[in-house]
Amino acid sequence: MNLIVPHLPVLQVAIPLIAAPICVLFTFGGHRKLAWLFTLSISWICLLIAGALLSRVVLETDISYAIGSWPPPFGIEYRVDPINAFVLLIISGVSAIALPFARLSVEKEIESDRHVLFYTCYLLCLTGLLGVTITGDAFNIFVFLEISSLSTYVLIATGVRQDRRALTAAYNYLILGTIGATFFVIGIGLLYMVTGTLNIADLAERLKPLSDNRVVHAGFAFIIIGTCLKLALFPMHAWLPNAYTYAPSLVTVFLAATSTKVSVYVLLRFLFTVFGPTYDFVNLTFEFVLLPLAIVAMFAGSVTAIFQTNVKRLFAYSSVAQLGYMMLGVSLCNIPGLMATILHIFNHALMKGALFMALGCVVYRLGAISLGSMKGLGRRMPWTMGALTLAGLSLIGVPGTVGFISKWHLILGTLESGYWPIAILIVGSSLLAVIYIWNIVEVAYLEKETSREQTLKEVPMTMLAPLWVLVILNFYFGIDTDLTTRVARNVAATFLGGG
Amino acid sequence: MRHHLILRVVSKMLIPFILLFGLYVQFHGDFGPGGGFQAGVIFAAAFILYALVFGDDQARKVIPDKALILLVPMGLLIYALTGFAGILLGGKFLDYDVLSSDPTQGQHLGILVIELGVGITVAAVMISIFRAYAGRTKAIDKEDW
Repeated sequence: MNLIVPHLPVLQVAIPLIAAPICVLFTFGGHRKLAWLFTLSISWICLLIAGALLSRVVLETDISYAIGSWPPPFGIEYRVDPINAFVLLIISGVSAIALPFARLSVEKEIESDRHVLFYTCYLLCLTGLLGVTITGDAFNIFVFLEISSLSTYVLIATGVRQDRRALTAAYNYLILGTIGATFFVIGIGLLYMVTGTLNIADLAERLKPLSDNRVVHAGFAFIIIGTCLKLALFPMHAWLPNAYTYAPSLVTVFLAATSTKVSVYVLLRFLFTVFGPTYDFVNLTFEFVLLPLAIVAMFAGSVTAIFQTNVKRLFAYSSVAQLGYMMLGVSLCNIPGLMATILHIFNHALMKGALFMALGCVVYRLGAISLGSMKGLGRRMPWTMGALTLAGLSLIGVPGTVGFISKWHLILGTLESGYWPIAILIVGSSLLAVIYIWNIVEVAYLEKETSREQTLKEVPMTMLAPLWVLVILNFYFGIDTDLTTRVARNVAATFLGGG
Repeated sequence: MRHHLILRVVSKMLIPFILLFGLYVQFHGDFGPGGGFQAGVIFAAAFILYALVFGDDQARKVIPDKALILLVPMGLLIYALTGFAGILLGGKFLDYDVLSSDPTQGQHLGILVIELGVGITVAAVMISIFRAYAGRTKAIDKEDW
């Protein structure tokens, strides 16, 4: 055990990293089918490691791991505390649940000679996202961000068999994602210029006397813009709808549930650990940049979603709105607000994971995903559409679901800051969600089916089981909120107390 | 490009030296400027020059596609396995000190192996990228020049 337990933080990243080149070797000797099984087992190993890390940091103390035995401020440090252990669990958990669903879906949507490389890219994407989350080194965040982004561009482009627009979607994301990453690294460079360190904890210490430094202000602005582009905050969300719409189902499930959340985590890390609300310019950012943009995002995303006929794009726009909720929680800068953000990182992963997985099932049977083609689908595919409806309820925020929990804390947060009109806006934006969910329910259950749909059957059990696991989790964590709120409260208190 | 006599002769003379220089940059990288990435690019440049002058088909005989698919992950595997060797020998991930009985020797050995991995992957990726573009359309016919 001594060979494993002290090394858990690095194994979390190193195992999927080494798995990726091994996966390529399945091209040889006719072992192509094994690639899926291999990726699945690696995902589950990652989930076990993430679980072990979370239980250790919650019960004991934070873990610090020095790569190559170089002591922290000089070498790269992996640092696990409750917030990133929680995000690690979300990433690896979503991956572990999504992969059993993936086998049939990937077989249907991607050419068979590309499967091995597809799963390799998937493993690299997983490595990148886990790496961004676990590392305690600012430049290392950029490196892993690039690993995950580059593999994401490829993954989105593999949707080309379904729709050739996947190529332009991937290219758009490549351009915007690269701009985001470049801004981020310029910001890191500026901070490095004035402090001479890249370690996040050390950076926080050395920035304290420099709050009036212009270079620090510029670095801060670059980092915030870069991460906001990556997390698709409202005016910078242009890459997201197409990327989600034309990517293969597995990729949409995985990206929607993890990748933007990881960027939210990076933003939290910089706003609260590196800078902190004690700085004037951070507070100004909250009040005059993030808060208005978050509110606009909530409405712009939801209103656009109502008018979409492609259901995948509908939920992509809804993601823009949901990211607005998360950023609203951040910008409130009080305990319930931050709790809402952290809870919503987890809860949104559960509901969007379930929704996009249900859409993946529809694509598996129908091949297309427009509202018109879903007429009467509720009768033909009762389990899929049932799951879609229940996850939709969670998205709206009906009591008893996870969506309610995060919105509840968000409203508490706005009231605590005295922004009661915003609390009304949150409710209003949730009502818009009712409209677009109803659009789908109406088409699926109330409209007459066309002749084409009458031969349709429900999808196989291997796709339904992971879908329903996610749906049940949506309700489980909506009722038993002890674990999630405890972690969220703990983290929010550290962020605001630690400065 | 059969009729470009000078190009062919000069490339044939240059390619061995490019490869040699690549190896120098690779293995002298831990004493002077250089390292795996630069060496990989120089190494790949030799193969790309060969493919440009003598044609893509000829270049595919030197390094077949299958070999490239094997080489790209091989470099990364060498890198990652060196990292794991650090753990197995009782140190941290990517800890070179424990690779040899003498820590300084270990650091030398570690960076040499890591850079070799980087060099292999970079060279193979560079050639693959070139091939991905060059191999898309049929070579231009002699009449079309």
